[in-house]
Amino acid sequence: MHIEVTGLNKHFGQFHAVKDVSFTIEKGHLIGLLGPSGGGKTSILRMLAGLESPDAGDILFHGRRVNDLPPQERGIGFVFQNYALFKHMTVYDNIAFGLKIKKQSKEQIRNRVMELVELTGLKGFEQRYPHQLSGGQRQRVAFARALAPEPQLLLLDEPFAAIDAKIRQELRSWLRDLIERVGITSIFVTHDQDEAIEVADEIMIISQGRVEQKGTPWDIYKQPQTPFVASFIGESSIVENIHELRGFENASDWLNTKALIRPEYIEIGQLYEFPIASATEKGRIKHIHFRGSEWMVEVEVRGNTLITYRSLEKEVLHPGDDIVVLVHRAYLFNDHDSWIMENRMKEDPMPIHI
Amino acid sequence: MRKLLIPLTYLVFLVLLIVPLIKIAFGAWEDGVDGLIHAITRPEAVHALMMTGLIVIVVTLLNTLFGVMLSIYLVRGTWLGSRLKQLLNSIVDLPFSVSPVIGGLMIVLILGPSTTIGAFFESIGFKIVYAFPGMVLATLFVTFPLMVREVMPVLQEIGTQQEEAASTLGAYGWTTFWKVTWPLIRWGVIYGVVLTIARSLGEFGAVLVVSGNVMNKTQTATTLVYQDVENFNVVSANGVALILVAFSVALLLVMEWSKKRKGVH
Repeated sequence: MHIEVTGLNKHFGQFHAVKDVSFTIEKGHLIGLLGPSGGGKTSILRMLAGLESPDAGDILFHGRRVNDLPPQERGIGFVFQNYALFKHMTVYDNIAFGLKIKKQSKEQIRNRVMELVELTGLKGFEQRYPHQLSGGQRQRVAFARALAPEPQLLLLDEPFAAIDAKIRQELRSWLRDLIERVGITSIFVTHDQDEAIEVADEIMIISQGRVEQKGTPWDIYKQPQTPFVASFIGESSIVENIHELRGFENASDWLNTKALIRPEYIEIGQLYEFPIASATEKGRIKHIHFRGSEWMVEVEVRGNTLITYRSLEKEVLHPGDDIVVLVHRAYLFNDHDSWIMENRMKEDPMPIHI
Repeated sequence: MRKLLIPLTYLVFLVLLIVPLIKIAFGAWEDGVDGLIHAITRPEAVHALMMTGLIVIVVTLLNTLFGVMLSIYLVRGTWLGSRLKQLLNSIVDLPFSVSPVIGGLMIVLILGPSTTIGAFFESIGFKIVYAFPGMVLATLFVTFPLMVREVMPVLQEIGTQQEEAASTLGAYGWTTFWKVTWPLIRWGVIYGVVLTIARSLGEFGAVLVVSGNVMNKTQTATTLVYQDVENFNVVSANGVALILVAFSVALLLVMEWSKKRKGVH
């Protein structure tokens, strides 16, 4: 389903939850609404579903305005955060609910339910009640129930929030495959950036009721358009006096400019490991933390604490060690603008041609 | 200390609950089986028991219907302001705190034959006070909070998500209520029905004031027992009381069973 939203606004009492939100979604895409809790993501989702009515703005499905259509008429499937399975019905009856409402024949219902039970790997659990299932299984039942009436748009509200980490990983790739196979336009809400990056074709970053940026995960990561997006996606350290760092002196051309530096933009090591010494800074190890597959290193450079990661294969560093730091690039921002600046000194000033 | 408190607790339990039960049970047989049969087959006893039965049925039906509806409006209704809802919610408990006699009196003062409304209804041939409708009203007043207080917490606990899920699956209000909401609140409602029956079966004060306690006309089982005792007709009083007690005990057993079921699902 092609979706177009223009100028969407929603107030809850005095609280302006959704502010002038506009976006379009292509048919068949999987979109992640990502942002901090209380940012308005769920409200947008509920307005798309018709569970909440917007104060202003239009929602168009296939070019047709659906603002005044009740949820029953919108042809959507909704997966709730806590699944909202019908507690008094078996797995079979839960999945069959939407089909029974459509007054399909017993035979049709049976075929469709068994097809979905197969698809979601719930075979053998048809006669169980929700309280007899694990979190992951309940989640699958909720998917199957939402998909049963063949909706054109699938809306998922924090679909993995209530599942433990290990199974969450499995379910994510399972969901991605499933949605790809069914070919249904889907929107899911999450506050977990890993989840959004891994699952979504496109991400919309939402904060304080506004869409901060919309794009593919890679675009958002590479070219964050606002400081909020830059700090929200990926890890980073904020540096106030960026113009004091070697290679970034030009930053002083703009007043009050700060920088945001991601761990993967930083390299650390001994001086001889770097081909261009003039691009590097001196630093001192402040702390090291073991992170399972690598070291997280806090290093102090000109009064700033930068965070980076270091492979376990490399020589182990200790707090207090003096080392050399190379900052490849920084994300600069001030009150009006934001841009990415590469380390100027990395280009060899005196290249030797042979 | 504990050695003293435990027997004391049992003693209080015995004196307050068990002894009166035994006394009623044996008192009813004092004049033999014939005495008991006579006590409960007197025309006034048969009429009073029928009156009580009718009141229980009508009150339970009305209270279930309106109690469930009010609970749904108070919990789910969006058109009422939250302040107004709070106010209504606390007014629901009024019959708990007001003496039933005063409740009955209020009905007499508003709908009695000497008031405008009462006179109007009487003129179209519909007697309220000192007649069946007034007795139903009085019992309804006393039992009203029972259903609401049972159903509201259940509605609050199940939340709106399952109903919303039903609506996104295409179900409209009525279907959603019968297929989703009702099965979830069912045991709460049954519990409320049991409490309502028990309370309306034993209601005395409000009914006494409203009914005027006219034998063979507006007399209920409880007011008959009261009159029998006044007339030193203790064996008859015990006979009617025994029937009420037997019914109440049966109800309690049903209640225990429904309480157990309430937790399931």
